[in-house]
Amino acid sequence: MIHFVVHEEGDGVGVVVVEGVKAGQDLVGWIMEDDKEIRMTAKSDIPIGHKLALKDFKAGDTVIKYGVDIGKIVAPIARGEHTHVHNLKTKRW
Amino acid sequence: MDLAKSTFWGFKRENGRIGVRNHVIILPVDDLSNAAAEAVAHNIKGALAIPHPYGRLQFGADLDLHFATLIGTGCNPNVAAVVVICIEDGWAKKVADAVAATGKPVAYFGIEGHGDHDTIMRASKKAREFVQWASELRREERPLKDLWVSTKCGESDTTSGCGANPTVGNAFDKLYPHRVTLAFGETTELTGGEHLVAARCANDEVRKKFQFMFDRYQAIIDKHKTSDLSDSQPTKGNIAGGLTTIEEKALGNIQKIGRLCKVDGVLDKHERPTGPGLWFIDSSSAAAEMVTLCAAAGYTVHFFPTGQGNVIGNPILPNIKICANPRTVRTMGEHVDVDVSGLLRKEMNPDQAGDALLECMFRTANGRLTAAEALGHREFVLTRLYESA
Repeated sequence: MIHFVVHEEGDGVGVVVVEGVKAGQDLVGWIMEDDKEIRMTAKSDIPIGHKLALKDFKAGDTVIKYGVDIGKIVAPIARGEHTHVHNLKTKRW
Repeated sequence: MDLAKSTFWGFKRENGRIGVRNHVIILPVDDLSNAAAEAVAHNIKGALAIPHPYGRLQFGADLDLHFATLIGTGCNPNVAAVVVICIEDGWAKKVADAVAATGKPVAYFGIEGHGDHDTIMRASKKAREFVQWASELRREERPLKDLWVSTKCGESDTTSGCGANPTVGNAFDKLYPHRVTLAFGETTELTGGEHLVAARCANDEVRKKFQFMFDRYQAIIDKHKTSDLSDSQPTKGNIAGGLTTIEEKALGNIQKIGRLCKVDGVLDKHERPTGPGLWFIDSSSAAAEMVTLCAAAGYTVHFFPTGQGNVIGNPILPNIKICANPRTVRTMGEHVDVDVSGLLRKEMNPDQAGDALLECMFRTANGRLTAAEALGHREFVLTRLYESA
């Protein structure tokens, strides 16, 4: 069973694709580009569609998804934690 | 799926364009004419009124776009015949004459000097003639290249970028070599991925026009913004669905143009495609505004991927909804035409998802109503460039 997907190898975040992921749950991820499986432990409850960090981030870091810059970290995130509007912001506008 | 020999059944219009619907529309030029237009459509079964809130005291480029969008809607081959109603004769005639250039039956009525009752009676008589005439038109078998397919996504979430949008991209990559006329747009929703679209432009001239349109829209955002737009772009629904920044949303959005198609041309909101290939239409990212512009540009089938469940339809342009979010498919299934949630469970691959969409496209083109059509979604929203005088 796949719990989260990652677009490309090297992306810093994955997308949870099942409902009800809880902190402490062991997750199976799928890197779509090269059809590879990875494993992670969730450190937060994460709703379907929301992202989890695949590595530790500190404020000011750039987040890569689809192999491209999607914004900057504004509050530290640990691997496996929920990554969303509270800790990731646009670099535009 | 062998697309080389694929055909669909459509209505051949007087100007050679092929429609997949056979609407007789009652088209008000302005807000004041909505009541009469809706009364005519109530009187005559099978006639479709397209009410909207604008058309008075617009001027300059904004007025030109208003006319271009109404005229384009009337000219769309999904429309068999048009009854135009306006508060006065002059602008009714202006719209009617432009639509009549396609060769399709058109009549126009001005309300001033007659009142609603007399106008509704005369327009209803003409609408009855048109509806009965249109009901005898028959579909004929046509090659795939006669189809014009546009796309725009809405209420996107992260599953849009993983599933529904790549499904459209896969279908676009398959349609493109068969010289289908394709379109995408949503100018601000390319922000953060505009370099990827620029790199896909067929040549420097196209790239220059794309960059001009992109920069022009960014200047509007910069001029009017009071924040980083984090309550509107991404929308509340996008954010609830897990999208975080405009860049992330844009990269998901761009999945819709696949990996192989080139951007062959760039159109301003009032401009029309002049040949097959993929066209970028400068447009708002608001669903109904963008789809209304696609209908006015002459597109006959629309691919609308959604994550959180946008319910949009258009009066004349069938919207095929594609969704990869299993929760949305479960809770809002009546809005979904193509369920590709299997992609995120690895039960389906992108090639199979693209084929499922193309199969639905042919069925829709042949006459099957989309979910939005069956549910009566007819959102028609005119893009405004600035305030009325």
